[in-house]
Amino acid sequence: MSISEKLSRRNVLRGALGGTAITVALPTLECFLNTNGTAYAATGAALPPVFGTWFWGLGLAPGHWVPEKTGANYELPEHLAALKPVKSKMNLFSGMQIFLDGKVNQNHYSGAQGQCTGMVSRNGSDYSTSIDTIIGDHIGKGTRFRSIEVGCDGDRKSTWSARGENGMNPAEISPLALYTRIFGPQFVDPNAAEFTPDSGTMVRHSVLSAVSDYRKSLMKEVSATDRSRLDEYFTSVRDLEQKLAVELEKPTPLPACTVPEKFEGEDVGTLVGQTTTTHQQFTQLIAHALSCGQTRIFNLSMGSGFSKLREAGEAVTYHSLTHEEPVDPELNYQPKCKWLAEQHMAFFTNLVQSLDSIQEGEGTLLDRAAIFAFTDHGEARLHSMKDYPVFTAGSAGGRLKTGLHISAPGDAATRVGLTLQQALGVPVGSWGTESNRVTKPISEMLA
Amino acid sequence: MRSMLQASMLLSAAVMCIGVTMPRAWAEMTFVRITPEQYQRTIHDVFGRTIKVDADIVETGFRDQGLLAIGARKLTLTSAGLESYEALAQQIAAQVVEPQRVATLIQCKPKKSDGADDSCAAQFIEQAGLYLFSRPLSQSELKMYVETSHDSAETLQDFSAGISAALVQMLISPDFLFRVEQAYPDPDQPGKLRLDAYSTASRLSSFLWDSAPDGELLATAKSGAILSQRVLDEQVDRLLNSPRVEHGLRAFFSDMLGFDEFATLSKDASIFPKFTKDVQDAAREQTLRTVVDQLLDKNKDYRELFVTRETFLTPALAALYGVPLPRSQELGGAVPWVPYTYRDSDTHIGLLTHASFVALHSHPGKTSPTLRGKALRESLLCQKVPAPPGEVDFSNFENADQSQLKTVRERLERHASEPMCAGCHKITDPIGLAFETFDSAAVPRTTENGAPIDVSGEFSGKDFDGIVQLANLIKDDPAATSCLITRAYSYGVARAPSAQERQWLDGLKVELSETGVKWRELMRRIASNKEFYTIPASEPQRADALQ
Repeated sequence: MSISEKLSRRNVLRGALGGTAITVALPTLECFLNTNGTAYAATGAALPPVFGTWFWGLGLAPGHWVPEKTGANYELPEHLAALKPVKSKMNLFSGMQIFLDGKVNQNHYSGAQGQCTGMVSRNGSDYSTSIDTIIGDHIGKGTRFRSIEVGCDGDRKSTWSARGENGMNPAEISPLALYTRIFGPQFVDPNAAEFTPDSGTMVRHSVLSAVSDYRKSLMKEVSATDRSRLDEYFTSVRDLEQKLAVELEKPTPLPACTVPEKFEGEDVGTLVGQTTTTHQQFTQLIAHALSCGQTRIFNLSMGSGFSKLREAGEAVTYHSLTHEEPVDPELNYQPKCKWLAEQHMAFFTNLVQSLDSIQEGEGTLLDRAAIFAFTDHGEARLHSMKDYPVFTAGSAGGRLKTGLHISAPGDAATRVGLTLQQALGVPVGSWGTESNRVTKPISEMLA
Repeated sequence: MRSMLQASMLLSAAVMCIGVTMPRAWAEMTFVRITPEQYQRTIHDVFGRTIKVDADIVETGFRDQGLLAIGARKLTLTSAGLESYEALAQQIAAQVVEPQRVATLIQCKPKKSDGADDSCAAQFIEQAGLYLFSRPLSQSELKMYVETSHDSAETLQDFSAGISAALVQMLISPDFLFRVEQAYPDPDQPGKLRLDAYSTASRLSSFLWDSAPDGELLATAKSGAILSQRVLDEQVDRLLNSPRVEHGLRAFFSDMLGFDEFATLSKDASIFPKFTKDVQDAAREQTLRTVVDQLLDKNKDYRELFVTRETFLTPALAALYGVPLPRSQELGGAVPWVPYTYRDSDTHIGLLTHASFVALHSHPGKTSPTLRGKALRESLLCQKVPAPPGEVDFSNFENADQSQLKTVRERLERHASEPMCAGCHKITDPIGLAFETFDSAAVPRTTENGAPIDVSGEFSGKDFDGIVQLANLIKDDPAATSCLITRAYSYGVARAPSAQERQWLDGLKVELSETGVKWRELMRRIASNKEFYTIPASEPQRADALQ
């Protein structure tokens, strides 16, 4: 029985509370975890895994990022130097591709869609359930937020996360707004000595339950055309109901959980400096949200595939540069584009380090995390669907090996997604459609 | 101005119908998600304009076949979206039950302020439900909301808190967040579905006012009179003659012109210091003001929008365009908008020379004839420009020495030498180059990097030299009229027209092209056409519904 079901509408309002708030004194928090701080003492169960996606647009400089060696003893090329601090905690995949199966290449869309959903659609308005939703349905239940989506370029549409076919999950674009959403007045500190359920939250929860109850009568009336859309609406109602139910339950103490300091301000925009700050703020919030058990799923996007990132004074965006900047004949790359791609590598390192900086017993938050990093094109200049750079980070609670360069020339890039799903316990034997359907996980990275 | 709720309370609720049970008389129920603007407008119409609605926090939707309105029929509400709407509903409900408002919005006096009064709560809920859902609540719905109000009032020992909870429940209900359309088999056209009376009223007011129906329109739905041609015609005329039609006009053009892109527009501050946030906001308003002035206030032909010299400017916009206008403090008044007419010798002509077009469809620091040409083709002529090909080899273009190429025309001509690119660039670039006398921030110019700008080209087989000539060619091109009419109809029904509807629209296009493309007349013809309120039974599931 879910928390929401236990806290049924009238039970909450007419039950034990009787209109007065309850104060629950909690025992000292260490009692709840084992001596290492990595598992619940009562059950011995390990802290649950967490999963996140990280998207960056426009790939890397072709010919300059694939390491010479594969396996554990590879050296990072100069183009990927920014990844050095986290090399041992991540994996790097090369040679993979997304198959179009004769469909039109929706530039800056089809490739990311393929990696994130396993399918490539005929047009740019179709989409389907993304990997974070599949994994979230398996490991993410019972948390306050089903998932957290953020975009670093000020555009709510900069996201690849979706449930079903009827709309992408919008990205939060303001770090300050995200701070309030997670750590604002509704946040319940799992390590607080006392717990007082908020009577206003009880009422809000009961209202949501009433909306949920409405589902059955409405679904009977709706046309087949709109039934799935309405069903998704009610799934969202249940998610919000669940969020409020969690806020009404005494949380399990989590020693690693600390509330981050509120930022003094934010400066959301598409300049490199602005994006650097925004990304740092978001990664801090996400890391703390994960360690405080607020969610187990996140989607962090640097922006859309048509990246608007640029340096101050630059007349065109990164996306335009990939098509307009000449390849330097001596260097054999587009200098500005390469530099911008390297900024992204630094951003990824920042994300990995943010999770790794949160100590949980003898390990870190990163140890129970799996991060999937993907991009839209192998070579953005040509809208290429081959030679995609793909990364993972974290060992998913010991389920994944790290520190590897895995070369899989010609393989569907969906293999990475399948491997992550299986590592996180999703009972799935295959993933993807048409030529992007894969059945073989990447065994080298499974522990 | 009184809110609809206040007005209806004072008029003894002409359309109240406590205890009405809604029979299941429809064969199909579909949903169109309301926009953030419609949400805000409906809240203001129902509860008064003093309610602060921070609709920016909710998701905006996606564009399908040229319109956000069509995308709205495919949208659901995501978890994060619903969370935003719930937070917004809490803010609105808290304002509605503030002591200074509650006295006018809730006419009955609760028996006690520290607990439930179901009878009094029901009066409020019934009225609010009618206007928010654009139909009366059924008995079971009323019972459900009164129950919410009762439980919450008792729990929090506060009558107002009960009202607030019931209102939140209504505001996050699919009946409010979506425009629910119920249709039944059309007795006049076997095999077709037509909207019921309330859905007819709702589609009509959404189309013309971008908001929910008012009391009078709801009364015609309650009696069923709106289903007759005579009453429909009367209501269409009434709505078109209301000042609120301006909201509908603004909403339609904001959608058609893609003004949602302003949310992510970025200009480089070091290259264009005059293109400030204020200018950006004013750019959108300049166009909408001009459209309202020309099409509503002056009843001009839509095609004149492409060539009119009349517009409105703020001091900041005037400074950007290089137009002499008194400074803000010299103009006085809170709204520094001034009517302005360009001279016939000016390059500023029509909507296409507004910053809302030339700056919106440019790069942060330089122009893009391709983006401008594409926007013109797709937004205003309804012509599809194919997406760039994948796996294209740009090496011939990129590796050439471009240092001697001073103008964007020279650079694009090199680009078009690549056969894979040339096909589409021929569609966009020749007309896009006509706008090169406006830089990326819409500032007029005559040279680029010291070289004179060539703005000649060809459009639909006719040569032009400069934006003034191109604007006149577009004005006279049948595609411009055809596009407006198709977009307006699609916007109203939130889908592409069916084959039968396209046939009717073709006739309308021919007729209006000759008699004049006047906005009110176009809206009147569409909204008075009963076909506008039918649902094509072309999809299998709809055919099933008719069995």
